[in-house]
Amino acid sequence: MSLESPPADVPAPELPKPAKSAPPGVVALFLAFAKMSLAGFGGVLAFARRGIVEEHKWMTADEFNETFALCHFLPGPNIVNLSVVFGSRFAGVAGAIAAFAGLIGPPMLLVMVLAVLYAHFGQLEVLRRILAGISCGAVGLLIAVVVKMLMPLLKRRDIFGLVMMIAVFVAIGLARLPLQVVLLVAVPISIGVTFILMRRVSA
Amino acid sequence: MNPIPNPIWSLVLTFGLMSLFAVGGANAAIPEMHRIAVEVNHWITDRQFADLYAISQLSPGPNVLIVTLIGYAVAGFGGALVATLAMCVPTAALAYIVSRWLRRSSTSRWPSVIQTALVPLSIGLMAASAMIVAQAADRTWPAVVLTLAVAALAYTTRLNPLWLLLAGGVLGFAGVI
Repeated sequence: MSLESPPADVPAPELPKPAKSAPPGVVALFLAFAKMSLAGFGGVLAFARRGIVEEHKWMTADEFNETFALCHFLPGPNIVNLSVVFGSRFAGVAGAIAAFAGLIGPPMLLVMVLAVLYAHFGQLEVLRRILAGISCGAVGLLIAVVVKMLMPLLKRRDIFGLVMMIAVFVAIGLARLPLQVVLLVAVPISIGVTFILMRRVSA
Repeated sequence: MNPIPNPIWSLVLTFGLMSLFAVGGANAAIPEMHRIAVEVNHWITDRQFADLYAISQLSPGPNVLIVTLIGYAVAGFGGALVATLAMCVPTAALAYIVSRWLRRSSTSRWPSVIQTALVPLSIGLMAASAMIVAQAADRTWPAVVLTLAVAALAYTTRLNPLWLLLAGGVLGFAGVI
């Protein structure tokens, strides 16, 4: 058991709502993440939140947000990071592997089937037209996510953030520079300036 | 020794490295995937890239599974498995280590600074992703209108994204795009 605060430390809840369930085992972790993942059309995060916080009550909403914030600033697929951090918190390395395998395994098998079908029928005119339409939808969804993330920067009039955003867009999208090169320059600059700006605000 | 580099190793190196640089998640790494798979290695065409992106968005599971599709196109089932693990395992190991370490020294202000600093970079990367997939897909006026209509609907309503993708597919099937 690796929970930092055992359930006994939590002040006895008057309401039934904040009660948490017993920590899940390895099999439960695998099954829960497989289920969330297979339900997760257009992103697994919303399903993960519902499953972990509301359905199984393995974490409170605050704990979930905190864990997700950590996974969001780490590189790589956020939800993959979340599965590993979450699984390890309850059942160590075995839990991390179980949650990861549940998240990735079943949908990966499904996607492999789609890959085979695409390899055989991808040139069919009808499929070409359908995929062209779905591509438009997928790009539209991505644009909506970008705008949603952009609004807080615009509202805060975060000039530095906006400049960094445009610089990365130009370097990656227009100049087509390698990701590593761009990030090795942009990440230190962004962290350095943000640190100075935040210190100035709090001073 | 075979003079042609084994594509499996190429996949491991490419996606293993990309995993650690994918700031903002899989959707932010799309430009780099396109650069390497289409422009540098010529594993797939522009059109196939757009198709694979569409398929990965349509199927359930994490967005990162576009890597499975690229891996399959390069080296079959082995390629699919290897590419997926290479993209996930390095960052998963990092997440495991950092989460252990953070719980020991919890009063750090760095997570909040790093997060604030990285969000604008993720947005720039994802905007580049949208542009690159749009360029790789069909560039007709109806396609542009459909793309913007889906963006507007997804932004203003809470419609399930799956319906918007399927609507796109139906319009494509009907020959509108």
